[in-house]
Amino acid sequence: MNPDAISISEATICLGGHDILRNVTASIAPGEFIGILGPNGSGKTTLIRALLGLIPFSTGRVSLFNQAPGKANHLIGYMPQTLSIPRTTSLNARSLVTVVQEGNRWGVPWNSMATCKEVDKVLELTETNDYADVPFNMLSGGEKQRILLAQALLSKPRLLLLDEPLASLDPHHQGKLVQCIHNIKVATGATILFISHDINPLLGMMDRVLYMAGGSAIIGTVEDVVSSEVLSKLYNGKMHVVRAEGRVFIVNAESNSAEPICCHHS
Amino acid sequence: MIDYFHYEFVRNALLAGSLAAFLGAVVGYFVVIRNVGFAVHALSHIGFTGATGAALFALSPLEGMLLISMLAGALMGASGNRLHRSEMAIGMVLSVALGLGALFLALYQGFAGEATAILFGNIFGVSHHQIMQTLLLTIITMTVLFFFSRKLLFASIQPDLAEARGLSISWLSILFMMIVAISVTLASQVVGILLVFTLVIGPAGIAAKICRSFWSGLITSIAIALVTVWGGIFLACLTNWPPSFWITTTLFVLYLVTEMRERLQR
Repeated sequence: MNPDAISISEATICLGGHDILRNVTASIAPGEFIGILGPNGSGKTTLIRALLGLIPFSTGRVSLFNQAPGKANHLIGYMPQTLSIPRTTSLNARSLVTVVQEGNRWGVPWNSMATCKEVDKVLELTETNDYADVPFNMLSGGEKQRILLAQALLSKPRLLLLDEPLASLDPHHQGKLVQCIHNIKVATGATILFISHDINPLLGMMDRVLYMAGGSAIIGTVEDVVSSEVLSKLYNGKMHVVRAEGRVFIVNAESNSAEPICCHHS
Repeated sequence: MIDYFHYEFVRNALLAGSLAAFLGAVVGYFVVIRNVGFAVHALSHIGFTGATGAALFALSPLEGMLLISMLAGALMGASGNRLHRSEMAIGMVLSVALGLGALFLALYQGFAGEATAILFGNIFGVSHHQIMQTLLLTIITMTVLFFFSRKLLFASIQPDLAEARGLSISWLSILFMMIVAISVTLASQVVGILLVFTLVIGPAGIAAKICRSFWSGLITSIAIALVTVWGGIFLACLTNWPPSFWITTTLFVLYLVTEMRERLQR
């Protein structure tokens, strides 16, 4: 039996005639905190959706907790990028989290005491109890992200897939959310896959990084993967990794931009 | 006031009106959450073609409207999110639907008097047969919702998570749009095709603005709808002005009050 939480072997994902990912191999052990990094369009969200079984892997062997993608979803907590309810509704955070609890069952959305207790627990875990009864649309960006996280935690997942939880947050709130997620990992022992397009908030928290660019991906420690040589090979262009003030900057050495550019597939 | 109960046409109006109001309030609440108000407009206009063309197939206006709008609803549900963006397409379809309806009205002279009824509603002219049809349709729709509402609510609020949990977003969409078609058809008997939006979205929209949880919102929506329809019917008896006028005006005033309350709170 495979002890890995996630095992990806020579996997390819093809969408709309393009290879989004080619021959990716990675093994993730239970309890690891993996940062998934890479430029926009590199397939980070696509990979997550494929792990959830929503998109097929065209080749390769992929298993999560020894099951095919899509079969282990009850063990997975997924935090998508957004939750949008119309601006005019006043539904509060607590109702929005409650809706997710056993939301795939038949019947009416009536919630038992047990459900309410489960909701209270995840609100506590994400430290959102104080504003759970405020209309969701009145919450700040950081507060909304925590509610999305709470939704993901409801099934007591062994694996958390977080899709850009730090997007649109300022550095202070980014730090607090990462710390919150780290605390949850320690408390529950869950494996974490954390998509981010800036590596810095995750430095010191990640065990390893899965770096995706140009249709390929490499997994390893930050020291091993985030280096000029490795990234240049991955991006198929000259990349420069600058370490300064305890931070990492990945610079495209071929142009003047300081941000990794979106790689075009041929 | 109690005297009015002696009249059968008032009792019939209250019965048909209550059923349409109840169903509109429940379905409308989901419409508001899913932000598909345009579908109510679209289905009522398309239904108009069915109502006026019904005589071609020896059907009653209600049956014609039901069939065409349910078909249109299924197509709208199947095409998913793409509809939201194409305002031009929606506008064109609605116009041609009304145009066709005008043609049918002109071709079938016998319909001349019914035109006003179809456009503005004729709750006092509702027949025993129509009441039976309304009751049957309400029971069928509420039964379907009884089984599906939990999944529907989950898919409406967090479609990404719902998909990961195995729900089929597109089938739920199709089912829901067909339910909207039924509600719109029943509601147009009360206030007519042109004013359906107010009865289906009005109570639900007002409730969604003020209520923070799903059940309180649903119950408030139903309460507002029933009170408004009953009030409208009685006021129509008292003043001889059309019930559609009283119903839509009351809802508009309530809407204004909640809007102002919201602005003052900021």
